[in-house]
Amino acid sequence: MSAAETRNVLVALVLLALATALPFAGSSYWLAKGISVAMFTVLATSWALFSGPTHYISLATAAFFGLGTYTTGLGIDHLPYWALLPLAGVLGAVLAALVGLATLRLSGVYFVIFTLGLAELVRQIITWIQNETGQRGLYVLTDTTEAGIYWQLVGLASLVYVGGWLIARSRLGFALRIIGDDEEVARHSGINTARAKILLFMVPGAVAAITGAILAPRYVYIEPSLAFTPMLSFQVVIMALLGGPGRLWGPLVGVIPFTFLWDAISETVPTQATLLLGLCFLLIVFLLPRGFVGLLEALHARAASREGLA
Amino acid sequence: MDILITGLLLGGTYALIAVGLNLQYGMARIMNLANGELLVIGGFAAFWFQTTQALSPLLTVFLVAPLAFALNWLIYTVLLRPLVRRAKSRGQLEVDAILTTFGLSFVAVGLMIALFGGDYFSYSHLARPVRILGDTYALNRLVAFLAAVVICGALHLWLNHSRPGMSIRAIAVAPESARLVGIDVPKLAALAFALGGAVTASGGTLISMFLTLDASTGVMFTLKALIIVIMGGVADIRGTIVAALLLGILETFVATLIDPGLTLAAAYLLFVLILLLRPQGLFRRSQT
Amino acid sequence: MTAGAAVLTVRGATKRFGGLTAVDDLDFAVVEHEVLGLIGPNGSGKSTTLNLISGALKPSAGEISLRGRSITRLPAQQIARQGVSRTFQLVRLLPSMTVLENVKAGAVFGHRRRWGAEADAHALRMLETVGMSRQAGARIGQLTYIDTKRVELARVLASEPEVLLLDEWLAGLNPTELTEGIRLIRALRDEGRTIILVEHVMDAIRSLCDACVVMSSGRKIAEGRPDEVLSDPEVIRAYLGDDDA
Repeated sequence: MSAAETRNVLVALVLLALATALPFAGSSYWLAKGISVAMFTVLATSWALFSGPTHYISLATAAFFGLGTYTTGLGIDHLPYWALLPLAGVLGAVLAALVGLATLRLSGVYFVIFTLGLAELVRQIITWIQNETGQRGLYVLTDTTEAGIYWQLVGLASLVYVGGWLIARSRLGFALRIIGDDEEVARHSGINTARAKILLFMVPGAVAAITGAILAPRYVYIEPSLAFTPMLSFQVVIMALLGGPGRLWGPLVGVIPFTFLWDAISETVPTQATLLLGLCFLLIVFLLPRGFVGLLEALHARAASREGLA
Repeated sequence: MDILITGLLLGGTYALIAVGLNLQYGMARIMNLANGELLVIGGFAAFWFQTTQALSPLLTVFLVAPLAFALNWLIYTVLLRPLVRRAKSRGQLEVDAILTTFGLSFVAVGLMIALFGGDYFSYSHLARPVRILGDTYALNRLVAFLAAVVICGALHLWLNHSRPGMSIRAIAVAPESARLVGIDVPKLAALAFALGGAVTASGGTLISMFLTLDASTGVMFTLKALIIVIMGGVADIRGTIVAALLLGILETFVATLIDPGLTLAAAYLLFVLILLLRPQGLFRRSQT
Repeated sequence: MTAGAAVLTVRGATKRFGGLTAVDDLDFAVVEHEVLGLIGPNGSGKSTTLNLISGALKPSAGEISLRGRSITRLPAQQIARQGVSRTFQLVRLLPSMTVLENVKAGAVFGHRRRWGAEADAHALRMLETVGMSRQAGARIGQLTYIDTKRVELARVLASEPEVLLLDEWLAGLNPTELTEGIRLIRALRDEGRTIILVEHVMDAIRSLCDACVVMSSGRKIAEGRPDEVLSDPEVIRAYLGDDDA
């Protein structure tokens, strides 16, 4: 391991220790914020694992998340809690694979369109099934505490980071970078591009579903419009792009400020939240095409070249 | 039988909206995800003029179309053209366009909610029954359908017989060659984008005669229009119209026979079939 | 003619685009360790033929086989893994990666797959072969035109293909670069590689090719040693009768 890598690992461990210690501060306000940040870190980082290298914009996060929420909601009375999280992960991965099979052999536009309506589609189907069976919402009653949910999310985030680090060093990660650069070259170099894309897309699918499964007890009462809120997909895209999807830690840089900004806006002028989201999209395209990370790197490079000249 | 005709009537208005989107995507090469919001604005204008000025939506169209044209022309030249210029590849332009038009759609929704609130709006116009082939239909649906037919027909004639219309089709087929034969591609792309916006907004005005809209329903229409465009084939106006009618009929079938809450599922069913069987569109030959 | 084993065989290959037949009932075979030149006037179907072999396009009819096994219906990535590697008419590199990583793409996913340090070492050897080992860490944007072509060639070589497809690899080079380019391909031939060359540069065809297939309007009009076919009256007519001759 190089000196830089050792340093990065140490920094990551210190941050992880600090994050883990948050519930001991005893503030329920900060714990709630911590849960938001941890949740979006997990979602945005896993989103960027796929969308960063491929440039395919996935808007399916809400669909996977809702699927996970329902896994806990429906399964809690029949299965032990510890079994629900992996089950949600498997279901999320399967749904992602199905979406991938239908769209990832084709151009990115089909994928965006398909994922755009996916949450709404699953919501319609669940609502219909509930109407047919005369069921309404679901109660999820567990003895999980806020701190417990928070620690599970921090643990999941650590897994996502380790997983992302491993993928970046794997053949799959390398294949995805080649695909992102030039799919034609990728195919002619012997890469099964559709399979590589589908495999990697299963990662955010599984992670978002697990996240939904972890958070389900927090809602207590689950209904389709709550579990499948499409806004979640857009928030995740914004945070990941704002931070910079090109680096593993990039999304985190976007998650922290955006979570606080979003909460502040939603608490004071809730009607303006949509407007804020729209402006952020425009901000990213026109001013921050590579996110905060890209901006930092550009500033760093400029400083370095100035030093070189001096 | 009445399902078929109701579906056809609905499909006619869908056709108008999707043709607008296809002008923007097929000809101007911008995937406009704010298309549905434009539709809602068109509907909102009809609502406002009807309730405050007692102006018929059929007249509002003549106001909405030029305004939407101007607005879209402005959006294209100010926001989108710089993206077209800086894009190194088609893929990059696609991502930029998707993010920008998403941004615009959220800004539009945000502004509409801020200005007019998030309530549903509807008004009653020509809500009289008419009888066709022994069944009764609402007159407003029939009138909207006929207006859509007139607009689509006029557009078809214009694209196939006028000089700018043919030039627009040329840039859809081969932008590089079009440039070489002296066609001003940037200008015509802006024209196609603005025209597409005008057509969609008109569709919104017409659809508001019989559907209830609210500030945030736009995205559902965008989604349906996108599915129609893919089904009919990018830059293929005739295919778009056929696909729109198909979707209108299927949706009405599902809504009447199974559950009105499953209309999107119906659209997705068509979408998946198209993706798996004919991703190049219904009528397009397979190309590589 | 050399009596060697045919590595790649094309039988009755046909490609139609709508009403246009770009490649019409084409037959030829490449013998092991030989360089086959695919020549003909512009629009005669050479590049389309190469695209059919590499799997970028699917033939409307006909059979293509590699060492007796059919590759006709395989997708491009499987054809590449079976051992047919190509360069592109307009150089295609991976802009976000270094020169070494570009070459590694071939080493990792190609006909013979490697990974880790072995792939790096192999990619570096391929860069040495094309004379670019000193620029291994460079970015693609910093390269000159011929260097981008070299990197692409190294990527293709890194997959250790059975058959190498070079699509106008010498096009667009200036005279000095051209001499260098021809020397590089000759070195590959001397290593005993099997190559199909789509080319316009006559000097290169004469000095590099063991055999030539001449195409005109999608059909094969002549076949044989370069000096033979280039003096064939029908070939001369095809070239001179065409505006691009």
